[in-house]
Order: sequence, then C-alpha cells, then structure tokens
Amino acid sequence: MSPSFNELSAGQEIGIRTIEVTRTDLVKYAGASGDFNPIHWNEAFATSVELPGVIAHGMFTMGSAVQLVTDWAGDPAAVVDFQTRFTKPVLVTDTTGTGQPGATIEVSGTIGKLDADAGTARVDLTVISAGQKVLMKAQALVKLS
Amino acid sequence: MTINPDLQGRSYPAVEVYDVGREKIREFARAVKATHPAHFDVEAAKALGHTDLVAPPTFAIIIAQRADAQLIEDPDAGIDFSRVVHADQRFTHHRPIIAGDRLVAELHVDGVRAMGGGAMITTRSEIFALGSGDSREPVTTTTSSILVRGEGQ
Repeated sequence: MSPSFNELSAGQEIGIRTIEVTRTDLVKYAGASGDFNPIHWNEAFATSVELPGVIAHGMFTMGSAVQLVTDWAGDPAAVVDFQTRFTKPVLVTDTTGTGQPGATIEVSGTIGKLDADAGTARVDLTVISAGQKVLMKAQALVKLS
Repeated sequence: MTINPDLQGRSYPAVEVYDVGREKIREFARAVKATHPAHFDVEAAKALGHTDLVAPPTFAIIIAQRADAQLIEDPDAGIDFSRVVHADQRFTHHRPIIAGDRLVAELHVDGVRAMGGGAMITTRSEIFALGSGDSREPVTTTTSSILVRGEGQ
C-alpha cells in the first residue's frame, strides 16, 4: 500500500531497518555488481593499501539502505532519484562459520521535504555503522500518486 | 602518476549493449538484501503496472561502472585504480529499469579537480534503452565522483 501524499508531513519517520553484513555478503555483492576490487574481500590486500581491514562496497551500503524507502513507497519504480556521499567505510570483520554478522548497519528514514507540485517526497536516510555515519546527504526522491 | 587535466569534457561513446535479465535483477536484489516482490515475482511487478521485473534503484551501477572502466583503464587518463575511493553517487531515473531492457551508456567526464597530490574526478553516464530501429529512450542518468588518492594520502 503506497503512502498518500496528503497524509505526509516533513519530519515524519518512515521506519528503521537493521542490516547485518558478513564477508559472504560482500562476495555476493561483488559477483552481482561486477565490482571485484579486493579491498572488499581480501584482508591482506586491504591492509596493504592502508585500510583497517576489509570494507563493504559503498554501493552495497547505498543499495541496501534504500530498501527501507522502496518498501515504504510500495513500488521500487517510485524512487526517481537517489544520491549519497560516502563518508566512512563500513569495516566488516571475518566471522565466517560463526553465524555472527561482521558488521551491522542501522538505517532510519525521515521525510525531509514535500513538493506538492511535483508530487514528490524527499526521504532523508541516516545510515550508521559502528557508531559513525557512513553515508551523508543520503536522499531518495519518491514520486507519490 | 599524475591525473591528466585534459580529461575534463571528454566523452566515451556507448560501446556494448547490456541485456537486463530477470535472473540478474533477482541476483542483484538479493545481493542488496532487497525484499520487494516486484524484483522477484513477475506477477507482482505486473500488478503494479510494469511489464516485467523492476530493477532495484541502484541496479544501474552495473552499467555505469562498466562505462567508468573505459576511463579508469584508459592509459592516457593516468588513474591508479588501487588508489581510487568512491566519494559520491547519484541516480536519476527517467523511467525504471525493467527486465528485457537493452541498455547502453555514454560516459562524460564532467569535472577534474586537483586535491592534494591526487584528484577528484566527476563522471556522468547517460543510460538509454534501445528501441526499434535507431530509437533510444533515456532511462537513467548516473553521476559519481571518485577521489584518486595521491602519494601519502
């Protein structure tokens, strides 16, 4: 069920989502996206280029964060614009075989701005991992009927 | 290695066609932990008025990063890929990407800015769907900035 434009107001919260991430998830994302940069799956390579360890693809974080908006909007096609800046890497520790996540990403969304003429709502996402904002200006523009 | 300042304004034409398949949409959707049925179930997508499965909002990164590779792998550009950091990304959808689309991307280098010993490079991919004959329909515009770290950065 899609939200109705007239029932929305700026500042309204659209929900929260917790995303658990493992090294296996990063391998899956590498395969699905075609981004095989070894900083996303090989610890020795990541540390050799002065990273603290294996980090998630920025596009994994961006792509998984928007699902909160997609589900809220009721139709993935309603997300007509989506942007972010990548500010901090998401460090994913090796928990292979333990069933534990290697990182956790917390996503929350708030209506930032409503445009009655265009029939759009801007959803501002707050995306946090290990206590730090990993995305900045993460904004999705949703076309509502 | 120094970034070539003459890159600004350069364009790379569309070279290969990307065929959007249902299983690729499903695979990408699972990889970003998407749950919306319109990515997985054709009937659910049709119930929303689409002709086939709908790609997730960031699916176009597959096509955009293939286009970016032309620039990054261009020896004339002077970019060391191991020193590249993704700084920002935007998708503007003129219409959703749907299974069955045949897409091409034109790459434009919109900005090159020296930063310390490195450079910030902004690229834009104009993604079109091929129609019948020579027709092309605008689908998505993606813009991204990459920071190429200089030595010691």
